[in-house]
Amino acid sequence: MKILVPIKRVPDPQTNIAVRPDGTGIVTDNVKFVINPFCEIALEESLRIKEAQGEGEVVLVSIGGKECQEQLRTGLAMGADRAILVVTDGPLDPARAAEVLAKLVAQESPNLVFLGKQAIDDDANQTGQLLAAMLDWPQATFASKVVIGDDKKSVTVTREVDGGLETVAFDLPGIITSDLRLNEPRYASLPGIMKARKKELKEVPLAETGVSAEPKVKQVKIEPPPKRQGGRKVETVQELVNLLHTEAKLI
Amino acid sequence: MSKTLIYIEHAHGKMQKASAVAVAAAKAAGGDLTAVVLGKGVDTVAAEAATLGVAKVVLVDDPRLEHYLADIAAQAVAQVAKAEGATTIIAAATAIGKDFFPRVAQLLEAGMASDVTSIGTDGTIERPTYAGNVVSRVQIATPIRVITVRGTAYPPVAPGGAAAPVEKVALAADAKSKMRFVEFAETKSDRPQLTDAKIVVSGGRGLKSGENFTVVLEPLVDALGAAMGASRAAVDAGFVPNDLQVGQTGKVVAPQLYIAVGISGAIQHLAGMKDSKVIVAINKDGDAPIFNISDYGLVADLFKAVPEMTEEVKKLKAS
Ligand SMILES: Cc1cc2nc3c(=O)[nH]c(=O)nc-3n(C[C@H](O)[C@H](O)[C@H](O)COP(=O)(O)OP(=O)(O)OC[C@H]3O[C@@H](n4cnc5c(N)ncnc54)[C@H](O)[C@@H]3O)c2cc1C
Ligand SMILES: Nc1ncnc2c1ncn2[C@@H]1O[C@H](COP(=O)(O)O)[C@@H](O)[C@H]1O
Repeated sequence: MKILVPIKRVPDPQTNIAVRPDGTGIVTDNVKFVINPFCEIALEESLRIKEAQGEGEVVLVSIGGKECQEQLRTGLAMGADRAILVVTDGPLDPARAAEVLAKLVAQESPNLVFLGKQAIDDDANQTGQLLAAMLDWPQATFASKVVIGDDKKSVTVTREVDGGLETVAFDLPGIITSDLRLNEPRYASLPGIMKARKKELKEVPLAETGVSAEPKVKQVKIEPPPKRQGGRKVETVQELVNLLHTEAKLI
Repeated sequence: MSKTLIYIEHAHGKMQKASAVAVAAAKAAGGDLTAVVLGKGVDTVAAEAATLGVAKVVLVDDPRLEHYLADIAAQAVAQVAKAEGATTIIAAATAIGKDFFPRVAQLLEAGMASDVTSIGTDGTIERPTYAGNVVSRVQIATPIRVITVRGTAYPPVAPGGAAAPVEKVALAADAKSKMRFVEFAETKSDRPQLTDAKIVVSGGRGLKSGENFTVVLEPLVDALGAAMGASRAAVDAGFVPNDLQVGQTGKVVAPQLYIAVGISGAIQHLAGMKDSKVIVAINKDGDAPIFNISDYGLVADLFKAVPEMTEEVKKLKAS
């Protein structure tokens, strides 16, 4: 089967994020960029599905600047077959990103689109669900286990939800978004990196998709969060419990 | 006046507290409020929602809504939103709200802001991004706005007000789901819900095993009548169930008291608890970042400190 995997370029989760003084964005100098961790998990699972079936195709998509080539090459080195980069001047909001993906779905006709549950920059958690609604496809978000039916026509997904684990099933095509515990993504191997250089990475200007770059949600300003004062230490457990009782009045 | 529709979530026949927070957010934003309840045989939930200070409750009771499924739930909410002429549609940013509200937005061709912490009367919305490192102020540019509200954003509206009328509405005949509910494996617990509790005690990798959660941490949790939480590292290691994860990609909590035990304080963890009123950290590493935001920090071996604290708390409660 054919799986489309949208991967987003985001700042490394380990880096410190600072807001630019004019409030228009974050400081990007010296910031390392990586594949969004949830997208990496979605890619890993897609590769495993392909490997288990012994056939099929995993197609990567990224929407963003030319620099997203770097993340797409990494994804190709992990084992994806080819990549599409939809080139934009600035970031697109989830609604527009989903519109772009819907256009690609129309062209590529995948059986499954496997996204991350959330991009760790905008923390939106919307794109997969928006795309599902645009296509009128079923969805399983926050997946922690994915089982493709023997006939390859359906899927059963266990989802991490409030209060436990929910399992849903549907006939393909459909949308899945990955949660953290779905798998442990592989590293790109050296032969993988060599092979990736020869794999197809097609660039498509946003204009060619016909999707507007105009955001549905406009960013007014960004700011650093209020700083929390902390740092006071106590010496003993008795002192701690005492302070929680007499000062904080919480126990 | 503009009209706001609030989706009321329920489990085991009871309204979720997070939905009462969504109602509070809707009140702060201004406008006429209508609540919508979906399900099968959920009159009691509708009756409870009617006491939250809304003008009306719309109840869509249908066998097709017996189990929550994203696609048909979205169709139902969009149907009601259109019929009511609602221009703002709000839900709690729970697993369910996050799952299907983007679909509602799409069906209404609306822009959506998720997991928001504030909605201003001028339409300015605040939401944390970059794991809480950034506060983004946004405006939804479309005529209809769809919003999910973080459970810690506003104090929940207390039920028990004068009862508003409940109007029963039939689900559109052609509404259907392409998904099948298979099962729900519930994590059973007698403790308070993580997101509702006044006190939360969370354990991290420092606990070293699931058994230690049971024998070392849980006695403290229970002595305090608290809910239990965990870091991602503890969940990933299988010490505790997934739905205890606090953080950027887990649950966001803001209890009166948050006690972090054997947790280093990675930014992704802080994103889920740094708005707690009082934070206590117990960690053997005096340089752990969790101490930068804790009100009371105890540098100690948790295997010694936690049982001692349990005894102290019990003594205090007995006196
Ligand atoms: C995309 C992404 C999303 C993430 N989302 C989340 C999230 O939602 N929530 C979350 O929590 N994390 C999240 N993380 C992971 C996060 O970055 C950290 O890895 C994680 O929070 C670390 O957990 P920890 O503090 O338990 O473990 P560690 O960082 O290993 O810390 C363990 C601590 O225990 C202390 N300790 C050890 N033994 C003892 C002892 N005997 N007594 C006292 N103290 C002791 C150590 O000094 C140390 O500080 C995410 C990461 C990524 C990349
Ligand atoms: N610009 C983008 N390029 C590629 N994939 C994206 C992009 N934006 C969002 N996605 C996909 O949608 C998921 C959820 O993103 P979000 O809705 O922004 O939290 C990500 O994990 C990606 O799989």
